[in-house]
Amino acid sequence: MLRLEQRQQPSKTMLYITPLLAVLATMVAGGVLFLAMGIDPFRAIYLLFIDPFADGYNLSQIFVKASPLILIAMGLSIGFRAGVWNIGAEGQFIMGAIAGGAVGLALWDYEGWWILPLMTLAAALGGALWAMIPAVLKIKFNANEILVSLMLVYVAENFIAVMAQGPLRDPNGFGRPVSKNLQHHAPTSLPDVFPALGIDAGGVVMLVLLALAFFLLQKHAMGFQIKLTGESPRAARFAGVKPGVIIAVCLGISGAAAGMAGLFELTGASGTINSDFGVGYGFTAIIVAFLGRLNPVGILLAGVVLAGTYIGGENAQFALKLPAAAVTVFQGMMLFFLLGFEILINYRVRRTA
Amino acid sequence: MTTLLEIKGLSKSYPGVKANDDISFTIQEGEIHALLGENGAGKSTLVKMIYGLVKPDSGEMVLRGAAYAPAKPSVARTSGVSMVFQHFSLFEALTVAENITLGMDDAPNRKVLSEKIRTVSEDYGLPLDPDRLIGDMSVGERQRVEIIRCLLQNPRLLIMDEPTSVLTPQEVDTLFGTLRKLSADGVAILYISHKLDEILALCDHATILRMGKVVDTCTPKDETATSLAEMMIGGELDIHTQTTFSPGAEVLAVNGLSRTSADAFGTSLKDVNFSLRKGEVLGIGGVAGNGQDELLAVLSGEEKVGAKMISLNGVSIGAAGPNERREIGLLSAPEERLGHAAAPMMSLSQNAFLTGRIRKNLAPSGVMRASKINAFARNIIEQFDVRTPGIHVAAKALSGGNLQKFVIGREVLQAPEVLVVNQPTWGVDAAAAASIRQALRQLAASGAAVIVISQDLDELMEMSDTFSVLAEGRLSKPQPAKGLTIEEIGLMMGGDLEGAQQHVEA
Repeated sequence: MLRLEQRQQPSKTMLYITPLLAVLATMVAGGVLFLAMGIDPFRAIYLLFIDPFADGYNLSQIFVKASPLILIAMGLSIGFRAGVWNIGAEGQFIMGAIAGGAVGLALWDYEGWWILPLMTLAAALGGALWAMIPAVLKIKFNANEILVSLMLVYVAENFIAVMAQGPLRDPNGFGRPVSKNLQHHAPTSLPDVFPALGIDAGGVVMLVLLALAFFLLQKHAMGFQIKLTGESPRAARFAGVKPGVIIAVCLGISGAAAGMAGLFELTGASGTINSDFGVGYGFTAIIVAFLGRLNPVGILLAGVVLAGTYIGGENAQFALKLPAAAVTVFQGMMLFFLLGFEILINYRVRRTA
Repeated sequence: MTTLLEIKGLSKSYPGVKANDDISFTIQEGEIHALLGENGAGKSTLVKMIYGLVKPDSGEMVLRGAAYAPAKPSVARTSGVSMVFQHFSLFEALTVAENITLGMDDAPNRKVLSEKIRTVSEDYGLPLDPDRLIGDMSVGERQRVEIIRCLLQNPRLLIMDEPTSVLTPQEVDTLFGTLRKLSADGVAILYISHKLDEILALCDHATILRMGKVVDTCTPKDETATSLAEMMIGGELDIHTQTTFSPGAEVLAVNGLSRTSADAFGTSLKDVNFSLRKGEVLGIGGVAGNGQDELLAVLSGEEKVGAKMISLNGVSIGAAGPNERREIGLLSAPEERLGHAAAPMMSLSQNAFLTGRIRKNLAPSGVMRASKINAFARNIIEQFDVRTPGIHVAAKALSGGNLQKFVIGREVLQAPEVLVVNQPTWGVDAAAAASIRQALRQLAASGAAVIVISQDLDELMEMSDTFSVLAEGRLSKPQPAKGLTIEEIGLMMGGDLEGAQQHVEA
């Protein structure tokens, strides 16, 4: 028989190995799944996990996808450190795109370098304000932020549909519920910075913010307070931390990051505001945050892995007629295994006599 | 009356401590028998042996005339001994009936059981709906489930471990009604508590433990709270030893401090008044749960009160938060080391930063100064002889004594004007305890004022210049510790706020 024995100290090795174990376990379990579906498991795993990283074009595509995931996950991870569970990044992503997009559409007749930064600012504000709803409800009424933020995703999805049909609709669009294409309009189009790597201006902003997040968590007293609140709320109160401030800061940061990601998606990839704008980045980012151990460097790597499964999934759809839902199943499995393996950080497996 | 359980010379040792030493007493059929003693007196170990959770090193028990040595709780239960623990073992997602089924060795079918739960619970005045989810129930209701679970097995002896610590006053009355009815029906109850008034109100007999030994037995209705307190704290107390006490000017003044506890099971502070002078060590005694944690929280600033209720050097700080108080020199060290005074998974240097940030100026612009923080942590470790591989070790990895030295050292090295400590040597080995006490005395000698809240009277008598007692959220008038007698302390613990009137200022 096997039994679990508590460790004296959490294992640092396991902390870093478990995400890899989770990816490996996902491959094995996925392989079994493919076998049951009558698909060659080795080829499918290769296409999903290895092939995307094997060629240059795919690599740049990966970074395009990874960039919003990493940006959102970075914001979420700060809240998760404090035990503030923002599950509604998808809604903040959408609201950011609407706010930033509305500014861009309002300034359609102007030109200048300042338009995009202004839109980014509006997007950050839009996302942050949307996240303030769960924050205020939690601070004032102790409402559960998981439920409130999640439900606001559906509100945001309906809101963007209304916007696309109404105020933000392209007047010359033959009545279709779609805005003007911001990507095809120079002042509101996100410029590429390192096209070969798939890094656009949004990617650069993401990398800078990632570095700032690292600094916040490692070197700044606010980051210390955030970590302390998550680890030991009572010790945090004793240290003079005001819980309300932490809740507002965490939801504010994650909302702003998701909002910016929404704008970069709008001005870089999608182009238009329409009812199908949200594609689930806000939810996938939760997996990225945990797979990356809520650590900025880890999140960077995890974002690339998850983006790889998106690209790999598309390729596998072509080559193997894999259903589109398979990628979602894979991402779900990865989170499942990751959370399962987490027990190895605090416990070791022992054989009983 | 016939004897139900006879305990003869039970002893149990753990490494470094003799938890129970040659304990003998008897419990009669149908009596409510109190087991009284301070924290750490050995009550829990004793009842765990009776319930088959712990095996005695020596001694024997006789239950209704037959030798009784339960190897495990299920044997105790079939012999007619049941126990209601302080901490419940219930699944929140299951119903009352489902939970009770889980704990039964031979569960009847659900319908029969539900009917039985309903009748038994109503018979004993603890109505329970068998189909309710545990998760929807209050702590008091959950305790009912545990009691009914025991009663369904028709016990002859019911052991209750501090049952009222989780109850509101109304629930306590209901519980007492139930216990009296059980007793009238012939079920004996072994009632563990350190609350004197409860024992006076409820129990037929009392056995008093101190440091693992039976020190006295009595009939509570012939006693008073004072006399019970005296028996509990014992006559061997070392009378005050501090000789040099020349207090300076007043630093801390607490006036008319009242605070209703936000927690239904907490203790409200009622009109607390005292003043503290430079160089003074005020010892606050009293049994746990009489407002100690609450008093520390209002002094540390974790709980705010009216601004004028607390003032430090003339500045009103009752409404100030912990860091504002630290800034002007009021520091504290709570009882719970892991999770309150220190964050378990964080390193010692991070824990040094936790309270040291303001006074040691460790993050002047918000950016943490790693070298200053590490130097402060190292300084604590060196000066307070904290045995640890280094400052990057997690607080959780330290032994209780070492972590406590770290926590006390962290506050002392910030040169406080006033330091408040709660249970500074609780669970700490003797050597570490001695060095902590010495450090606190030295701090006072250097001109700071110190408040020591403790349940260890020996410790308080050794350290204090002045002494008072918290009883049900009220603080007795501080008295010079020198010359205090056991009788006077007993009076204070019994709730006499003026303490010993006859005791003249020395």
